[in-house]
Amino acid sequence: MSRQFTPKVVTANALLEGDVVYLTEDDRWTREHREAELIEDEAHAQIRLVDASARADEVVGAYLADAIPGPNGPEPVHFREVFRTRGPSNYAHGKQAD
Amino acid sequence: MYSYNEFDEAFVRERVAQFRAQVERRIDGSLTEDEFKPLRLMNGLYLQLHAYMLRVAIPYGTLNPDQMRQLAMIAERWDKGYGHFTTRQNIQYNWPALKDVPDMLDALADVGMHAIQTSGNTIRNVTADHFAGAAADEIEDPRPYAELLRQWSTDHPEFQFLPRKFKIAVSGAKADRAVVRAHDIGLEIVKNDAGEVGFRVLVGGGLGRTPMIGKVIRDFLPKEDLLPYCEAVVSVYNLLGRRDNKYKARIKITVHENGIDEVRRQVEERFALLREQFGGADQELLTEIRAAFAAPDLPARPLDAFERAYNSDPVFRAWADTNVTEHAAPGYGLVTISLKAHGQTPGDATGDQMRVMADLGEAFSHGELRISHEQNVILPHVHKSDLPEVHARLKAAGLGTANVGLISDIIACPGMDYCALATARSIPVAQQIATRFDELKLEHDIGPLKIKISGCINACGHHHVGHIGILGLDRAGVENYQITLGGDGTEDAAIGTRTGPGFAYDQIVPAIEKIIGAYLDQRDAPEETFLQFYKRVGMDPFKAALYDAEEKQRAA
Ligand code: SF4
Repeated sequence: MSRQFTPKVVTANALLEGDVVYLTEDDRWTREHREAELIEDEAHAQIRLVDASARADEVVGAYLADAIPGPNGPEPVHFREVFRTRGPSNYAHGKQAD
Repeated sequence: MYSYNEFDEAFVRERVAQFRAQVERRIDGSLTEDEFKPLRLMNGLYLQLHAYMLRVAIPYGTLNPDQMRQLAMIAERWDKGYGHFTTRQNIQYNWPALKDVPDMLDALADVGMHAIQTSGNTIRNVTADHFAGAAADEIEDPRPYAELLRQWSTDHPEFQFLPRKFKIAVSGAKADRAVVRAHDIGLEIVKNDAGEVGFRVLVGGGLGRTPMIGKVIRDFLPKEDLLPYCEAVVSVYNLLGRRDNKYKARIKITVHENGIDEVRRQVEERFALLREQFGGADQELLTEIRAAFAAPDLPARPLDAFERAYNSDPVFRAWADTNVTEHAAPGYGLVTISLKAHGQTPGDATGDQMRVMADLGEAFSHGELRISHEQNVILPHVHKSDLPEVHARLKAAGLGTANVGLISDIIACPGMDYCALATARSIPVAQQIATRFDELKLEHDIGPLKIKISGCINACGHHHVGHIGILGLDRAGVENYQITLGGDGTEDAAIGTRTGPGFAYDQIVPAIEKIIGAYLDQRDAPEETFLQFYKRVGMDPFKAALYDAEEKQRAA
């Protein structure tokens, strides 16, 4: 049996501001992690990543990040991804300020 | 102070114009990220966790007041009102929008600054002792040589694609304040037995994944041979250095794998050829450069105002004792402005603070400011009678913290609050340690102590050479902090030794408290510094303090 696939979201940085963005199910880039498409199938995840990476005039450095379902939508797993949803811890800058 | 000649100016302007066109083509989609990335990195533009970051070079850490004001303007107009001074005497802006970067670079060019070669596998910003040209223990001002090296290395056609980045530091004093032993080439100005001044040349120093102390490749190099010799070192490295493995590509590994004797032999061979080719043109240039670094006129003045304040104002006295260093000229001091107010981000200054420092540099320090690798700002030539006024104005701007060289004067890299390479955060760890020891009111009792924190193995926070070094790691998806003790970044350079298993994010401050507790309890006398104590007793008391209670708990 193949190992359990951890669900993923597609994330990247916006080309113009560098801000963290996530791919939604309807192919928008959102700044909110909870609006991201939670991808539960490995093959589908790869296809979504290829699609996202092709949008080179919108985003930079797309990759798949682990996520889990939460009450308001997908939630990040690794602390690095948690920080990316917020911004730095020394100033109220980045997403947490919006 | 050295200002750009026409050639520099034209070169920098042309690069900005090129980059402006490249940014436009990236935004309109005609350049892909793969095409654009090397171009932006050549101009100091990184993409970090939350935003772009622009890294601006401050050659050998020297700035004039107009440059500092311009850095303030840039911070306010295109960033979030502050800048971050780094351990390589650069300044970083953490929030620029891509479209604004060419304008920022143009604004920098207006004051003779740029972001060229602050990234990539090139010779990076040449750093120097931040007390250069003012220190009492100095043989010669190292900055004319640093400037000569800067001009030689900028856009050097042979050295744009080295195996890896290449860092040079120069010091002209007996005490090493520039961590020259942790650089690819470290240059120390020395006097030989005949009384001639030259360089001791070290190669292969570096921190990061494989920390190494630089090895002496030449005990005494005549001054006029500096450029051909450095060119020989870099070109031998360019050929010998490994390009198959990024982690083995720095010259420290080249020296380690080939041996210093073999590297020396090849360098000397190449040097013999190059020496002819240079033919002395660089020496004429050096003479011009040197004139620009002529020491300011520092006349003797009465010290009454200083003495009055020193004897009557304890806050001023504490600050003068910790933040002011004796100058070579009698009656003058070097003021270190702490960018480490307790609980603040090490190395950050707001636009307003930069302007205050610029004004003070103009009024009281002969128009000079310095950035130190310890992430502080220096006013190098202040008469002591002006210190009360300088202190009052610094205090009013939140810059009067009296902690230079103490436990809260922490070096910390940006870590996972900004840096895309980070494995853990470092800034909040620094903030919490500083806040905690300020609460305990122990700072002055503890005395000289250097804590240095890096957010990953790349060691931008110099943790290996901290008396206490902290390295943030990712252990199975959790932040974990390794502690090293006994590191030293001075002329007695040493790499710190690990205490043992690391500590969780919420356990790192208590761990540092235990280390300090062991030192305070067991030191011979208050005069015995932390580092002296460590050298005398070794790791055992610290291990006991850190791990014994835990073991007992586990055994119980
Ligand atoms: S040490 Fe690591 S985390 Fe810190 S600035 Fe350097 S690369 Fe980034």
